[in-house]
Amino acid sequence: MRRSTMWRLAALALLGSASAAAQTIAITGGTVYPVSGPKIENGTVLIRDGRIVAVGANVDVPADAQRVDARGKWVTPGFINSATTLGLSEAGSPQFSGGYNDASARAADGISAAFEAWKGLNPANTLFGPARAEGVTTVLVAPNGGMVAGKAALIDLVEARTANEMLRRGPTAMVGNFGSPGSGNTNARAEFWAKWRTLIREVRDYGDRRAAYETGSTKDFMASQADMEALLPVAAGQLPLVVGVERASDILEALAFAREMGIKLWIAGAAEGWMVAREIAAANVPVFTGAMNNIPGDFSALGQRQENAALLRAAGVTVVLIGNGPGDTQTFNVRNIRQEAGNAVAYGMSWEDALRAITLVPAEVMGVADRVGAIATGRDANVVVWSGDPFEFASNAEHVYVRGREILTKSRQDLLTERYRTLPAAPYRP
Amino acid sequence: MLVAGALSEPNADAFPSTYRPFPSRTTVLRNVNIFTGAGPLIRNGSVLLQDGKIAAIGQSVTAPADAVVIDGQGRYVTPGLIDTHSHLGVYPAPGTAAHNDGNEATNPVTAYVWAEHSVWPQDPQFPRVLAGGTTTIQVLPGSANLIGGRGVTLKVVPARSVQEMKFPGAPHGLKMACGENPKRVYASRGPSTRMANVAGYRTAWINAEQYRRRWDRWLEKREGDPPARDLNLETLAEVLRGNILVHNHCYQADEMLVMIDIAREFGYRIRSFHHGVETYKIADVLARDSISASIWSDWGGFKMEALDGIKANVGLTHAAGARTVVHSDDPSYSQRLNQEAAKSLAAGRRAGLTLTEEDAISWITINPAWALGIHEVTGSLEVGKSADLVLWSGHPLSVYSRAERVWIDGALMYDRNDPRQQWRTDFELGYVPTAGGNR
Repeated sequence: MRRSTMWRLAALALLGSASAAAQTIAITGGTVYPVSGPKIENGTVLIRDGRIVAVGANVDVPADAQRVDARGKWVTPGFINSATTLGLSEAGSPQFSGGYNDASARAADGISAAFEAWKGLNPANTLFGPARAEGVTTVLVAPNGGMVAGKAALIDLVEARTANEMLRRGPTAMVGNFGSPGSGNTNARAEFWAKWRTLIREVRDYGDRRAAYETGSTKDFMASQADMEALLPVAAGQLPLVVGVERASDILEALAFAREMGIKLWIAGAAEGWMVAREIAAANVPVFTGAMNNIPGDFSALGQRQENAALLRAAGVTVVLIGNGPGDTQTFNVRNIRQEAGNAVAYGMSWEDALRAITLVPAEVMGVADRVGAIATGRDANVVVWSGDPFEFASNAEHVYVRGREILTKSRQDLLTERYRTLPAAPYRP
Repeated sequence: MLVAGALSEPNADAFPSTYRPFPSRTTVLRNVNIFTGAGPLIRNGSVLLQDGKIAAIGQSVTAPADAVVIDGQGRYVTPGLIDTHSHLGVYPAPGTAAHNDGNEATNPVTAYVWAEHSVWPQDPQFPRVLAGGTTTIQVLPGSANLIGGRGVTLKVVPARSVQEMKFPGAPHGLKMACGENPKRVYASRGPSTRMANVAGYRTAWINAEQYRRRWDRWLEKREGDPPARDLNLETLAEVLRGNILVHNHCYQADEMLVMIDIAREFGYRIRSFHHGVETYKIADVLARDSISASIWSDWGGFKMEALDGIKANVGLTHAAGARTVVHSDDPSYSQRLNQEAAKSLAAGRRAGLTLTEEDAISWITINPAWALGIHEVTGSLEVGKSADLVLWSGHPLSVYSRAERVWIDGALMYDRNDPRQQWRTDFELGYVPTAGGNR
């Protein structure tokens, strides 16, 4: 009885929030970091119908606006974490814990290009809450595993009932692997790379001779029809291919592959990227990497350094900061993207570049800069009010707005904290 | 005293520490803010390092004329950081099957193995952890087993052997593990359930108790043939005698309470629960029983037994009076214990707790020193204690600060601004590129 009442109330609350008339919110008096422009002291951010309608030092605040006093506060765009499996797993790995793992398809030959992992995400996943609570408002949800893992999508962390309501843009990229031959059921790099070239050529061949394929008069292709369909925009140089690759020589090989095959490439990881930074910059290939790893954890990543992100940036590479520190940076600690940015600064990146690398840069790379990643007129209102420097541990995200709506729901962790603040706990209270 | 053909006696120090402090010079740090680990922050103070010890500390100290003088220019000093939970050397980098030496997952009770015999001193993770300001670590066996074996406390210093790293006088630890890991690893042969986990611990202690009595009787009179030695029971008997400290991997509150009952049944003490993501639920009990909590700042959710991890765990556990330690279990995390403590401080305050910066520093210095039984010689900056300390580029609880210099027993072991003071392991030569890009 008690439980069913609770569920009904929760459902009502959700319906209410989804249909509530959007209001006007004025965040006033704060130091605003629009990212798309210089910082504004004593600035106002005006939000209406989920959009940013005005930003500046001299903004008229309508009388009916809900005012948020941000004096002494820092106002930034919501952060973008561009390497997550948020919503795709619960309680870790299924064989250990009975949770679920929807980030990985069972791919024949390591190729599952048609896999759109985000479609199976659970909007009620408990890990969205902690991410939002620390100012993350948009994440890339990516599949993993194999030679071609599938398509990644960008979602906003709105409180929603379906993945579709959260979707910002999908697909944004095809996720693949270039540096680990094992991912493609091969042993050797040269064999793996040959397989990549064959795959792209076959996809083009398939695209050119679809009718023949349908009548069974082409040779057998290595990928399934659905996977080849999914790879057509990759082979055409339209949909970016993001590959995990670490070793300096592997990075150069990936750049050569992309150039030769006309692929639009992004690189993820790039442990030894700093050693070939000029070449990456010249190829205009963005790199997704972090600033909290210096462990030579693998013979392909012996040059892993915390300065990597800063050195790449200094060489003119477009750097998107992602988590590469310890502790579930793709799920439970998606929120630690701000620690990653702080460490990037500690290891040589400018504060402004670090902020860009988790806001406007990923938005630009993923083609959504007209919607998120900046506090500018016309953008969706993904905005955070911080008690201080957002990269510092002592600072709190005091107000988090996603598409103009403030996140007020307590996370499961909040509820546990409240329950056990004084011992013994009182389990009959919520 | 070594005699040819001597009787091999239990509990002899079979692999004694051969650690010797590195050469040091009398050094005084002036104009520094000092988190001592033993009291309030000393603002704009000084500390004198002499003969490997803290010779003087305070607002101002008198230093000999030949002392090296370092003007800290308002930067911060803390004790060397201490990590109660490391697998450095037993799970070295790069990860290879050949060096996968942390879990003897062949038997649920392997009290006979000692982590130190798996430690590879050339693990390139050691210098990285030192550069993060961490000067002492406990290396533990993994958590596959109910009783995994002995842990060892090490100074993070270059060495040819593990003995040269062993912290002199530090007691051994005993690694025990609750919950999912053992029952997963032994699913086919048992234990495959939590109830069998508990039966497994108790069976081991019953045997150990009998062994201890038999040996203690013989050691008293030393007459007749000694009882047969058994490496497994020898370690457990040493726990029962109070000479080895129990470090118990245990996530859930309910299981920790069961482990406390087992300890009471057999008359041993648990020194620290490790990974206790739910210590906040039973922190009052931990405080009552003087059991420390070695926990993460913000890990959780990655398996069922970790589901209730909350970011306020460290703060709530501390506030309830339990001795609280921020530990790593990770070579990357172990380089940033200061950042992890800072996260916990912020989360605790966010939860409405009154916590000080000094509290946060205690979680990574004196409290882990206590958990390892070395709190009388290190873990805080007090006259007579080891000169294990870190000079930070800024406030140690800021994300932007880095360890600039690290001393162990008064010897400068790391200097961020001097490549000649940066330890490179044998492994790194020719493999790991330097900042200049050369391998």
